[in-house]
Formats: sequence, structure tokens, C-alpha cells
Amino acid sequence: MAKIYSKKTVVTKNLKPKKEVVSFLLNYSKALTVVKTADKTFEMIAN
Amino acid sequence: MAHLNIPDALLVKNYVEGDENALASLIKRHESKIYGFIYSKVNDRDVSDDIFQDTFIKVIRTLKSNSYNEEGKFLPWVMRISHNLIVDYYRKNKKMPMHRETEEFSIFSIMSDNSLTIENQMILDQVEVDLKKLVAELPEDQKEVLIMRMYQDMSFKEISELTGVSINTALGRMRYALMNLRKIIEKHQIVLTN
Repeated sequence: MAKIYSKKTVVTKNLKPKKEVVSFLLNYSKALTVVKTADKTFEMIAN
Repeated sequence: MAHLNIPDALLVKNYVEGDENALASLIKRHESKIYGFIYSKVNDRDVSDDIFQDTFIKVIRTLKSNSYNEEGKFLPWVMRISHNLIVDYYRKNKKMPMHRETEEFSIFSIMSDNSLTIENQMILDQVEVDLKKLVAELPEDQKEVLIMRMYQDMSFKEISELTGVSINTALGRMRYALMNLRKIIEKHQIVLTN
């Protein structure tokens, strides 16, 4: 029988980020526009 | 969900072409795996949220700037980004480690308060009061040298100049003062401890 030295289970399942985080990312994506020119890249965030 | 059976590569392509819903699908599809991976490394929900967010900010910026080469490896690519951010997090934290209390780890196990407890402080105060009473019993010349040396932190040179005796005399008086104190303590069996 194997000895278990760790108290808690190592594998953490079904963890998800906060809804706010996902919502922020989706809004950030909608607001962000990237324009590439020959040698420069411009990022614009719409308010 | 409408995007349920669409492969990652197509969702990425759609997103690059302006379909914002494709990103929502990609996040929904992989959030558990990516977040779980981050959490397994940092063991902190708030930090995991931060790293997850930073990971997808990088993903969004890369995709929007058309710098991403689709090779059917969207998830490994995102995992690599989060892995790099985790490394950055630990590198940054090495300089200023932050510890959060968990069930198995008490923050007080690495923090110590070196100040005295109330009881020890009271004992120390009492010892100091008792000692002052003992010093008051000493002959005047010895008491003078002892107070200057111990309480006023003066050098024997300064003491000798101030009292008008030689340094050797001052040293001798100090020596006798200590011997007499010990004698009084032994005689009355006084316990001065903290």
C-alpha cells in the first residue's frame, strides 16, 4: 500500500477563472484594434 | 453552442477575421484546462486569475496583429504563454516573496514577533526596579561609576575625567561595585531573571 504524504489532492479539476476575468477579456478583445504598417504596429483601445 | 464542433484552427481563423464570438468559444473550450494548469503551479486563485488574464491578453494581441501561425496547436501555444508567465511570476516573486495563509501553511510559522510578551515585559521592568534598589545600596563612589558606565554609557576615560580620579581607580570602583552587587544578591538570595 502506497503511503500518501500529501494532505490534499494534487490534481485540481474543473477550476475556472472568474466570470469578471472572462468578461474583461471579451470586452478587451472587442475594444482592441491593431493596425500594422510597414515597420510599426499600432494598438488602439476604444473606450 | 453553435461553435461546439468547430475545430480550434477554424475558430482562430474566424476570430482573426473579426468574429468576436469565436474568442468566447475558444476561452470557454479551454478555460478549465488552462486555468487548472496555472492553478496547479501557483496555488492561488487570485494569482491564477491574473495569469489567466495576462495569457489571453497576449493571445488576443498576437491574433489581432496577425502574428500567429496556425499549425493546429492553439492550446499548446496558449499553455506555453501561460507557462512563461508563471515563470515570470516566480522570478518576480523571488525578489519579494508573498505568502498566503492556507490550511497547511500558517503565515505565523515564518513570521515571528521578537518583542517581549506582556508577562516578560513586566518581569523585565520588575528586575530593573529591583536592580536599581540594589545599586542604591552601594557606596557612593562605586555607585557613581557604575551608573555612569552602565546607565549613561560613558567610557572609563570620560568617567575618570568627570570624577577627577584615574582610569584605574574608576575601573577598580566598577569592579568593587559589581562584586558588592553580587554579594548583596547572594546574601539575600535574590533571583534576577527574565
